[in-house]
Parts: sequence; structure tokens; C-alpha cells
Amino acid sequence: MTQSDIYQALTDILREVFDDDALTATPELSAGDVPEWDSFNHINIVVASEQRFGVKFHAAEIESLRNVGEFVGLIERKRLAA
Amino acid sequence: MTTDPLSLHWLPRAEDLGAALSAIRTGDPLARFAALAALANSRLDFLQTRRLDRALCEAADAIPAAVPRLRLAVLGSSSQEHLAPGIRVGALRRGLMVDVEVAPYGQWRQQAIDPSSRLHAFEPDAVLLALDQASLLPDQPLTAPASAPSARAAVDAAVEDLATVWRAIRERTAATVIQQLPWSDDPPTFGHGELLVPGSTGALAARLRLGLAEAAAAEGVLLLDVPGAASGPGLRQLGDPALWHHAKQAVSPAAAPWFGDHVGRVLAALRGLSRKVLVLDLDNTIWGGTIGDDGIDGIVLGQGSGAGEAFAAFQRYARRLSERGVLLAACSKNDESTVVEALARHPEMVLRREDFAAFEVSWGDKPAALQRIARDLNLGIDSLVFVDDNPAERAIVRRTLPAVAVPELAEAPELYVRCVADAGYFDAVSFTAEDSARNAQYAANRERRRLEITATDMDGFLRDLDMKLTVGPFRPVDVQRIAQLVNKTNQFNVTTRRYTEAEIRAMLQDPEIVTYAARLSDRFGDNGLTSVVIARRSAVDDQPAVEIDTWLMSCRVLGRRVEDAMLSVIATDTARSGATKLIGRYRPTPRNGMVRELFKGLGFSRRAICENGETEWEMPLDGGPLPPPEHLSVIHQGASS
Repeated sequence: MTQSDIYQALTDILREVFDDDALTATPELSAGDVPEWDSFNHINIVVASEQRFGVKFHAAEIESLRNVGEFVGLIERKRLAA
Repeated sequence: MTTDPLSLHWLPRAEDLGAALSAIRTGDPLARFAALAALANSRLDFLQTRRLDRALCEAADAIPAAVPRLRLAVLGSSSQEHLAPGIRVGALRRGLMVDVEVAPYGQWRQQAIDPSSRLHAFEPDAVLLALDQASLLPDQPLTAPASAPSARAAVDAAVEDLATVWRAIRERTAATVIQQLPWSDDPPTFGHGELLVPGSTGALAARLRLGLAEAAAAEGVLLLDVPGAASGPGLRQLGDPALWHHAKQAVSPAAAPWFGDHVGRVLAALRGLSRKVLVLDLDNTIWGGTIGDDGIDGIVLGQGSGAGEAFAAFQRYARRLSERGVLLAACSKNDESTVVEALARHPEMVLRREDFAAFEVSWGDKPAALQRIARDLNLGIDSLVFVDDNPAERAIVRRTLPAVAVPELAEAPELYVRCVADAGYFDAVSFTAEDSARNAQYAANRERRRLEITATDMDGFLRDLDMKLTVGPFRPVDVQRIAQLVNKTNQFNVTTRRYTEAEIRAMLQDPEIVTYAARLSDRFGDNGLTSVVIARRSAVDDQPAVEIDTWLMSCRVLGRRVEDAMLSVIATDTARSGATKLIGRYRPTPRNGMVRELFKGLGFSRRAICENGETEWEMPLDGGPLPPPEHLSVIHQGASS
């Protein structure tokens, strides 16, 4: 799975979670850009990503993410380590 | 195929959910609800579940009153908001529309006790208490030697404390309380010796679980046995420590569809929407091989091979269900005589011909056979679960009879039990003597039908039955059975008003309410409590009258003209109480067409027709007592209140 595959899959997840087909996962996108991106939906994105990418995030990682770019980096590192 | 229950493996895979949802954005509301329910019967992950739930919530206001509805309040000691979509979809899967109100996290006790709380304003039909062990029973300091009596006392106190909360909810609302049994994610402190130490978390958990169950049975509280249900998927899969510490989610979002399905099972059972009949294909479903080709000695069944033992285990599971009151039916393309011989003669056969309340073994198509089974048993087609190893048969039944539940079946027979059990078709809220006698009663019904065929006229047939109807007011001992009938009976039911056990119990004390429960026995046996009438004293045209709020009869005793006898009892009582009119009401539903003309047939005249098709009927009571019919003897145990 390439980095662009991961962005594509994340786009699908974001659209599904927020029910908004205009959303696209970009490195700079963050919770502040999407009004409904609260802690509750944050968990939904994380759990959907765990299922989609076959990885597991720690509580500390869930709390520390600042934007989609960091998240994709984390997914890539976890997939390499797996 | 995997049988991981969290994946809802018994449901067929989802088609393109987005496309299906946009196709039903508008249109006839009833058809829209049916289409949403059909989508809920496919295998959905948690994001798909949320998506379907959004569509359901959008359609909620337009959904017609004919759809069963229930208001559920969830009081939790952990986060519950994220579980509401799964609960709504789990109930939708069973044709039930649920409005969910989630109380603010951690405030369950205040919400239950405070009469001005949001919980009470919501007027719930059911309250789910989703509490973890720590909130019920704080961990005790471990001291050696640990004493069993003190651990028992701590658990008893915790159970009694919770029971006061149940009572507070029931005093202030008409809701049925559903207690979620707690579980603990803590590993045992003593390893395999955990249960040897009375004060350990594991030992307290085991004791608490049983203590809560005993108290719940005594108080009429239902259970959501999450730890029992999750012993399959494993409690570890249910929750995620990261999400517990981060968001106090005891159940993770990924497990929400499974969790919601279980809540849906309990709610559907409460509303009488559990399935009633297990219809079994035979070849490669209850034995291995094809009886027509392989012969009695050639089929795979019982000891000698793993597959044979697996088929026998599946038969034992079916028989266990039938002992519980689930009816069994056979639906197979075969020669009947071959099958009957196999059922009688195969030494390892667990199920016998007499275990099947309906038997459709012929070369006709299966959807038609299923319709005949429903008709023979006097049940709706939506009472059936159809189990068949052949994917083509499953597909044709799903397409032509969408109301029939058709579980996906794993290829290996050793997984059949799980495929049917995990789907939770047969959840029960109670177990009565009527349930355990049901199969014998249906067998006796077959005898009655034979008599019906030989008797030349209907009156003669009814007289030959030697029927005895015992009628009296509701007694506390009958409340459970009455609640079961009130919530399950769809066909002979003039208003289809549903009442909880708690509401029915309250009727026993209400001087404005007159109740009748009737049992019917005949020369073939006792049919048990099968008729229920609830009436209210009222006034019509300034004259005292009695209005029939509920009148229902179990399908088991239809066609016996029991209704004539019931009316004679009610009319005689009502006239004696000084009322001058008996008022009846018919509220149409998709299922109760058989009683549309009931009041007319009994001699009532129509007072009014309402817009929704509801009709109101009256019978003046100036002619003195109404004589009982001659075809049965009536034992009247005295008027209520």
C-alpha cells in the first residue's frame, strides 16, 4: 500500500464519518478544519483506520495527532513494523 | 467464512449501501421503513451502521404508526452515546423503531431517582442500565484470610442498592427495566485460583452476576447478558483499553454493531417480535448427504465421524429450542415416505417426526412451502427462520419472502449451531408452562384437525371437542403469560395495544379496569391461558358504559367460537355492574384483518369510523344477560374488582 493509497482510503473514511463527499484527506487537514471533528468522531476515524489498515494505535498516539499528515506517517510506520 | 460474532456473520454481505440508501430517500413511508429494515439485515461494519442510522433518523418522523415503536433510555456508567446507532439498527433489523435517549455519562443514579430528570421527561418504555462492576461494587481491599460471608454481604448490599434504583424507575415511569450484567476487563489477581478467593474481583464478579440475575427475576427486570453473550467473541475484543482510558468507552465503536444487535434482541423480545418457528431443510442441513440418493444407511449422522457428530449436535440444539417453545418445521425437497422412514428408523436421529409441528416434504418450491407452514401453524410469515445449506434456496427465499429470516450458513456443519444461535432469533423475556407444552399442544392440534376433517359439520365438530372455558379476572400468577400474549398476539387482536408486565400488574389494582383471562381445555388436552380482555369503565352519552381496550386470543384456539363465550361473560358482567352499553374498538394493523368484522359478527352496531380506518362499535345491554353458546361449557370465576 503506497502513501497515496493510504490518503485515498483515509478520504473514504473521512467522507463516511462526516457524511460529506466534499472532504479529501490532505497532509495539512486537521480537526480544526471540520466543524464536526470532535473527540467522539476522532475515535471513529481512529477505529475505522485500525480496521482498514490492520494496525493498532495507543491511547497516547490517539491524543497526540495534530493533522492528517502525522496520522498517515504513523500508519506507515506501524505497517512497516507489522 | 468466519464466525466472529462481532462481524454479524449470519447476515449476508452488504450490497452498495450508499446506492441503496439514495434509492430510498423518498417514497411511501411504510415501504421506506421496510427497505431500511432490509438493509439492516445485511452485514454492516460500524461506519456503515452509522450511515444506515442517519438515514433511519432522517426518515423517523415519516414512519407510520403501524410500525412498532419503543422509547429506550440508556443510563450508563461509561460512554454510551456511540452505541445508540447500533442499538437503533439492531432493533430495525427486527422491524422495531427505537427512539434512544442517552443520559449524561456517569449520572445514572441521579437520573433514575430525580423525578424532574431528563429520563423521566422522556417517558421511556424501557430503561437500559449499562453499569460496570466498579460502579456497583467497588473493589474490596484484599485481606487474608478472605471470608466468604463478608464477600456475600457486600454483594447482597450492592444488589439491594441497585434494586432500589429499579424500583425508583418503575415507580416514576411505566418502563421495563433492562439490567446489563457487568463485566470486568481486569485480569485475575490469583490466576486460576481467582474463584478460590472470596473477595477477589473475579469471585465478586461471579457472585454479583448471579445475585443480580436472581434479584432481576424476582423484580420482573430483564437482563442484557453482555458477559454471557461476549464469551464467544471474547471480552477482550469488546473493549479496547486505549479507548477506555481515552474516552471511557467500555464497548469500542468497532463492537457497536454487535452490541446494538444484542440490545435489539432484548427490545424485540420485549415487544413480542422474536421469531417463533425454526424451519429446517433436511439434506446436508440436519444430516450429511442426500437421503434420496444415499439411503438411510448412507447419510452422515451421529457417532463415527466429526461431521456426523456435528449434524447430531445441530439436531440436539433444535430439539432444545423446541423444548423451550420454539416450533420446528421441516421444509425439504424429498419423497415424504423416505424422510419419515429415516426419522423413525435411523438410530442416531435426534429429531423425530413428532418433533415437527409442520412438515413440508415434497418437490414443490420452498417459498410456497414456507407460506403453507405459516398458515398451518396460524402464524405470520415473519415468525419463521429458514435454515438451508443451499445458497440458491436461501437467495430465492430472501428475494420472494423478505420477512422470513434466513441466516447465512457456514460450509462446515460444526458451525451451524453458531450461525443460528449468534443471530439471536429466539430471545425470550420469560419462560412459562405454556412455552414448554407448546409442541405437544401443536401435536394435539394436528389430531383436532383430523377430527375436523372427519366431522361432517362444524357444530358437530365443536361439540365433539368437549371444550371447557374457564374465565376469571387476571391473577398475579398469570401476569407473565398475559404480558406474553399482549405483546405477541398479532392476528386475533382488536387494538394491538401493547403493555409491559409492570403495566399489567398495575391493572390488577385499578378499580376502573375490568380484566378477563380465559383458559380453554378440550378432550385433547389443556390449551392453557389463551384469551385476554382488558376493559375500562367509562361513560357514553352520559350513561355508564364499559369499553373494551384490548381483546385478543392466541392463534392456537382460533376457529372454536371462544369469542362468543367470552362476549357472553363480558356482557353479562357488564350489565350486572349497571352499565348500559358495551363499546368495542377495532384498530387496523397489517396483521389483524381477521377481526375487522368481529364486533359486527357478534351483534354490535357501528358507532363511528375514524380517518385511520379505526372503527367503534356498541352493544346496548338492555336485554338482560347474554346466554352462553352451547358448544362449550363456561366456568365463570366471578367478575373482577
